[in-house]
Amino acid sequence: MRKNYSKKYVLLCAFLMMSVMAFAQTGSIKGKVSDETNQPLPGATVTIDGTTIGSTTDVNGNYAINNVKAGSYTLSIKFIGYVTLKQAVTVNGATALNFSLVPESKSLNEVVVIGYGTQRKKDLSGAITNVTAKDFQKGVITTPEQLIAGKVAGVSVISNSGAPGAGSTIRIRGGVSLSASNDPLIVIDGVPISNSSISGAANPLSLVNPNDIESFSVLKDASAAAIYGNRASNGVILITTKKGKSGKPVIDFSSQVSASKLTKEVPVFTGDQIREYVKANGTAAQIAQLGTASTDWQKQIYQTGITTDNNISVSGATKHLPYRVSAGYLDQDGILKTSSLQRITGAINLSPTFFQDHLKATLNVKGAQSKQRFANEGAIGSAVSFDPTKPVYSGNNRFGGYYEWLNNPAQPGGGLKDLATLNPLGLLEQQDNRSKVYRSIGNLQLDYKFHFLPELHANVNLGYDISKSSGNVIIPDSAASNYKGFLDAKGVTHRGLNNQYKQKQSNTIFEGYLSYAKDLKSIASHIDAVAGYSYQDFSITNYNFGNFAHDGTEQPGTQPVYPFDKPENRLISVYGRLNYVFMDKYILTGTVRRDGSSKFNPDQRFGTFPSVAFAWKMKEESMFKGITALSDLKLRVGYGVTGQQDGIGNYDVISFYNLSNNTAQYQIGDTFYNLYRPGGYYSLRTWEQTASSNIAVDFGFFDNRITGTLDYYHRKTSKLLNQIPQPAGTNFSNYIVANIGDLTSNGLELNLSADVIRNSDVTWNVNLNATYTTNKITKLTLAPDPSYPGVFTGGISGGTGNTAQINSVGYARNSFYVYQQVYGSDGKPLDGVFVDRNGDGIVNSNDLYRYKSSDPKGYFGLSSNVNYHKWSAGFVARASVGNYAYNNVFSSSATQLSIFNGIGILNNASTNLLETGFTGTSDKGRLSDYFVQNASFIRMDNVNVGYNFGKLFHNTGNLRLSANVQNVFIITKYKGVDPEVSSGIDNNFYPRPRTYVLGLNLSL
Amino acid sequence: MKRNSIKYITVAALIAGGLSSCTKKLDLLPTNDVTSAQVYKDTAGYKKAFAKVYAAYALTGNSGPAGNGDVQGIDEGTSDFFRLMWCAQELPTDEAVVGWGDVGLPDFHSMTWSSSNTFLTGLYYRCMYQITLANDFIRQSSDANLSSRGISGAGADKIRQYVAEARFLRAYQYSILMDLFGNPPFVTEADPLGGPLPKQISRKDLFTYIESELKAIDGTLAAPKSNEYGRADKAAAWALLARIYLNAEVYTGTAQYANAVTYSKKVIETGGYTLVSDYTKLMRADNNLNKNEFILTINYDGLHTQSYGGMTFMTHAPVGGSMDAAAFGIAGGWAGLRTTKALVNLFPDGASSADKRAQFYTDGQNIDINTISTFTDGYAITKYKNIKINGGAAQSKDYADVDMPIFRLAEQYLIYAEATTRGGGGDATAALGYVNALRARAYQSATNGKLTALTTDLLLDERGRELYWEGFRRTDLIRYKKFVEATYLWPFKGGSKDGKGVESFRTLYPIPSADVTANPNLKQNTGY
Repeated sequence: MRKNYSKKYVLLCAFLMMSVMAFAQTGSIKGKVSDETNQPLPGATVTIDGTTIGSTTDVNGNYAINNVKAGSYTLSIKFIGYVTLKQAVTVNGATALNFSLVPESKSLNEVVVIGYGTQRKKDLSGAITNVTAKDFQKGVITTPEQLIAGKVAGVSVISNSGAPGAGSTIRIRGGVSLSASNDPLIVIDGVPISNSSISGAANPLSLVNPNDIESFSVLKDASAAAIYGNRASNGVILITTKKGKSGKPVIDFSSQVSASKLTKEVPVFTGDQIREYVKANGTAAQIAQLGTASTDWQKQIYQTGITTDNNISVSGATKHLPYRVSAGYLDQDGILKTSSLQRITGAINLSPTFFQDHLKATLNVKGAQSKQRFANEGAIGSAVSFDPTKPVYSGNNRFGGYYEWLNNPAQPGGGLKDLATLNPLGLLEQQDNRSKVYRSIGNLQLDYKFHFLPELHANVNLGYDISKSSGNVIIPDSAASNYKGFLDAKGVTHRGLNNQYKQKQSNTIFEGYLSYAKDLKSIASHIDAVAGYSYQDFSITNYNFGNFAHDGTEQPGTQPVYPFDKPENRLISVYGRLNYVFMDKYILTGTVRRDGSSKFNPDQRFGTFPSVAFAWKMKEESMFKGITALSDLKLRVGYGVTGQQDGIGNYDVISFYNLSNNTAQYQIGDTFYNLYRPGGYYSLRTWEQTASSNIAVDFGFFDNRITGTLDYYHRKTSKLLNQIPQPAGTNFSNYIVANIGDLTSNGLELNLSADVIRNSDVTWNVNLNATYTTNKITKLTLAPDPSYPGVFTGGISGGTGNTAQINSVGYARNSFYVYQQVYGSDGKPLDGVFVDRNGDGIVNSNDLYRYKSSDPKGYFGLSSNVNYHKWSAGFVARASVGNYAYNNVFSSSATQLSIFNGIGILNNASTNLLETGFTGTSDKGRLSDYFVQNASFIRMDNVNVGYNFGKLFHNTGNLRLSANVQNVFIITKYKGVDPEVSSGIDNNFYPRPRTYVLGLNLSL
Repeated sequence: MKRNSIKYITVAALIAGGLSSCTKKLDLLPTNDVTSAQVYKDTAGYKKAFAKVYAAYALTGNSGPAGNGDVQGIDEGTSDFFRLMWCAQELPTDEAVVGWGDVGLPDFHSMTWSSSNTFLTGLYYRCMYQITLANDFIRQSSDANLSSRGISGAGADKIRQYVAEARFLRAYQYSILMDLFGNPPFVTEADPLGGPLPKQISRKDLFTYIESELKAIDGTLAAPKSNEYGRADKAAAWALLARIYLNAEVYTGTAQYANAVTYSKKVIETGGYTLVSDYTKLMRADNNLNKNEFILTINYDGLHTQSYGGMTFMTHAPVGGSMDAAAFGIAGGWAGLRTTKALVNLFPDGASSADKRAQFYTDGQNIDINTISTFTDGYAITKYKNIKINGGAAQSKDYADVDMPIFRLAEQYLIYAEATTRGGGGDATAALGYVNALRARAYQSATNGKLTALTTDLLLDERGRELYWEGFRRTDLIRYKKFVEATYLWPFKGGSKDGKGVESFRTLYPIPSADVTANPNLKQNTGY
């Protein structure tokens, strides 16, 4: 490769020299600077070395240096983030020279946003990964976190479903909590946002437009994150939005249109197959129930979803006021009929400076309005189960015309069969669940550089995050799903639904900090110090409403006791950081944060979270300086303690009395009383703490064309917030979230980035990240108790209250807890036969065992981008190894009992029934380890190709077209539709579509 | 630099000052939930808390039908007292099978339950929950608390009667724990919440405690039939005493049939109760009208007291197959519960017996069970119906209005008869008369079903015919030594199609492993 590069270089020089010789002897240099994709680079500087003569490129990348004396010079062409190009030139008359800059590979000079400030990447001592716009996932990305899926070692971002705006499960270095939240803290432009879901929004983050985002900083280890002490145990993601840059206004317009399609149906019996099966295995009565149709119910409920996403932004600066204003409109139809999302977003960013740059103000205001229609996702399971021998429509008007199971098919006016599977299309089309959500996140940040002491800055940040949501669920009174309805006082039945919901959230933050930065040249030192205070309030108002029939009649007893509830919690913190650099080689960072939370008793309320880290720029040492191939080498070691208090109750430290609602009254005499119930409490509750150590090496080879980071971490979470049984008789709740338990996790992360080809014609870079991680619960009870099975988790469908996972001592989180299937000599599982693991002669819950976990052992991301002249192409692939999933679709629909059920109707079944022949009559069958399947996979997330047309209208404007395919293919042994299930329980979730995208970018 | 350090100190002081002034801002209270001082500020508040002590055995939580459960670790719909107690008492016997495969549920009939069984754990915690609520209520109602809250006179007297009833409910739940689990942890109002780990009490000592409590509150409880509907009176306490004395030998090793005679006689003779005329109308939506026979009921209501347990369970779970849901006053059956032929065969001529207590549904049902999960295997039972005595509709088709008599006169008749027959010193003629009164109602004839003599074995069968599916069978079979033994078999007893005996330790359920873990004072029952 290197050879190739040099060859190109020589050719280029030769070409330049020839051109130079051809021109006459007067003085000017003109031309254009473009980037690796031949897009113009506005704001690049072209200077003549040894002089102050130079030019800055305009919006179209053009520069001009006039009045240059004839002669030989060296030009420097610079642009931040790109390798500076030095070019020898002989000026003789009007010289025209175009330059193409290539980006710095993993630029070590880049400035990275860290908590309360920024730092040069090369001075970092913690595990921080920065992802900027150019490395984001491409295509139709409707929610910000998906931009970095597969891009960062140690960070897994798994979309929860394929529904419009659906959220993701984000795990940084895996989860370390059991009952508390495992979600990382997300800070957008300095405003830490709440993780609580917004009613009416599929995902609170979907109200932030990904197109406004400039970069993500992922703080992975304690030394990086501990400055956010209280909420940092799960890592921190700092999101920075785009800002205005100096120069003339630039208008950017982007438009995407895409089509999404279902990738794969759940394999179920066809109409003919079920007729054959029922005739062979059913009773005469069951055979008589067969219909003559052959309906593919899954085909009925899915559609091709068309999405358009249009964004426009204007950015620039007037004198002292850089600005950026943007607007976006997303219109998305889901692949499940009746699901859609329309989102309008707007953002304003102003960053003026005053008093000769002594006061910098940053104002960010982001607003969004989303209108969403939620499909009844129960239709997905119904489409798997509904008898394919039945037609979609019944031919009469009942139930909106949809075919439904009746008590007596001979009486079309008779009652609906209770508990029967409902017509999937009817479920969708007869439910209108629409929400409207407004959210705004904003802040005003003032940074004052003291006049008398410029090294000292005072920074004040006032931020808010507010939302208001409301919605209606309307089901017509003909719908089968609400056929039962209710009786009013006169005994008249009212059916259908006309319900509403409403919520307001208001989170506010006030922060103030002082920062001090000073070079102490006499002792070859540099000091950075930060000390600050933070106050955060999180408040949600949930409005309560009764239950209404479609005709507006309120169901008796459902009128709420209280009009609303307003859960609230607060955090008050002080924090400080000291960063000391000695000889530009040794970096020592210490942070401490002291947090108070309103969720705990006054004497347990405060927690102190310290961290310390040391980094050694080994490359600066003489022994490494001579090794030319090695361009960078840094060792980092860090240790810190972080806290966690998210995801638990706000007021559980004392027992409060809750007044029951109007359908939970008790009759004494002739009066029904609402009931005062004392609640469970845990007065000793306090911070969950995670102590983590991190050892890492950052390296670069061959002028940093290959760079990488290898991190090892060890974490121990203690005082786990863990739902444990209470001694009976001592509390009002038999389970309570207490601080009992320990969990350790270890991991190895590798990030490798290579500029395989880097020249003016072709650039090709490849990024690989790999994560290996394990975790183990080491304590769950006060005193060790080997007989304690653990905390059940992972609820499954089928029956009531069944779970398939457990958290137990000595095993990984979310281990499956199942019976060991016995297989016959033909390799087929024997129906209802399980291993009596404890050998006591009976198979009961004492024979359940822990088998695999839904957490992966390793996961990988691979990205590649190639640019060739005006063409670009790339892909992102992700892989996950060692994760298992419980196939709930098989366990509930791949049995004979699913077809011949107790309800007395016929259902469809998964074709897996033909492999196992399971009758489904064993009560233990559902918990067979047969259903726990290897869900390792390789997924091609995205393949894209783009073409840059360059100038469009008389030297202005730039046009780029692109095409993407998202979710291209998946390679897996998993037998269900999609192995990527973060919860580990795969039960008919909204499938992730394959999406074909065409995009256009225009800048003027 | 010096000037700067002053600045720093000033700023630091400001931050520190700001922080300390703000820590008060961390004191937040819930919007709607209140503290004990607010609840117990007047007699009206006392009544709402008192009502919860009762409601703890009717509801599953504080939001009907579900959504804010009292007991965790179990599906809320299955977490109420009567449904769980019913499963533990009926499913392991000849009276009931359930077709559902919820983990742990089939273990009842196959008699293979373990100490981590979810339903047993739920039941145990449900019983202890009502005890914990009762303890708290009793503590809140101490004389000191009443006077400090300015409650005196008639108001205070009312509350003292509430306390006696809370003690009754506590004794009742301890009697259930004594029967099922034997040796539970023991807490009273003297044990503070969150205090030291409760000590375990032996079955025998618990018997003594329950006995002494029921006797101690006798003076404070209301006279029979004089209290508000749904509240316990003296007769309820006597009826419970009669019940535990009948089983005293199982609980303590020493029979006390004479005491069983004494207390059942007290209920029968001084309670003023009479049998309602039609057995088939006992368990109906408006069976509060049957209070002449009912001594204490758990009250359910289709509009106001909604859950998926209790009588909603009893009216929905046995309906399936070709049964017409509307005839049961429900929108649709849950197709789970049936019975074995052993119960059917207790009635002469089985399902078509002249004994009207034989309330079986046979259409499309096989009397023999081949597969427990198949609803049509085994006769269904039609004893519980969410329709009114006159056939009118109940308030809701989804949640039952039926009230559950946990004590009714018929049981006291049978206790008197059995205790007398076992040598408890009662009047044999009266005993025979009581049984014949039940049979006269059953046959709707004073002569057709009339018996001339009683034997203990006949009385077990009579209990089966009269009290089936009311939550007594396991206790009865244990008292008759027919529960685990191979001498009496029924279909799928011990998991075998024709039935087989099981280990003798299964006459007691295990202490749930969850509590054994949480409370090291607890010693597991033998065999588990």
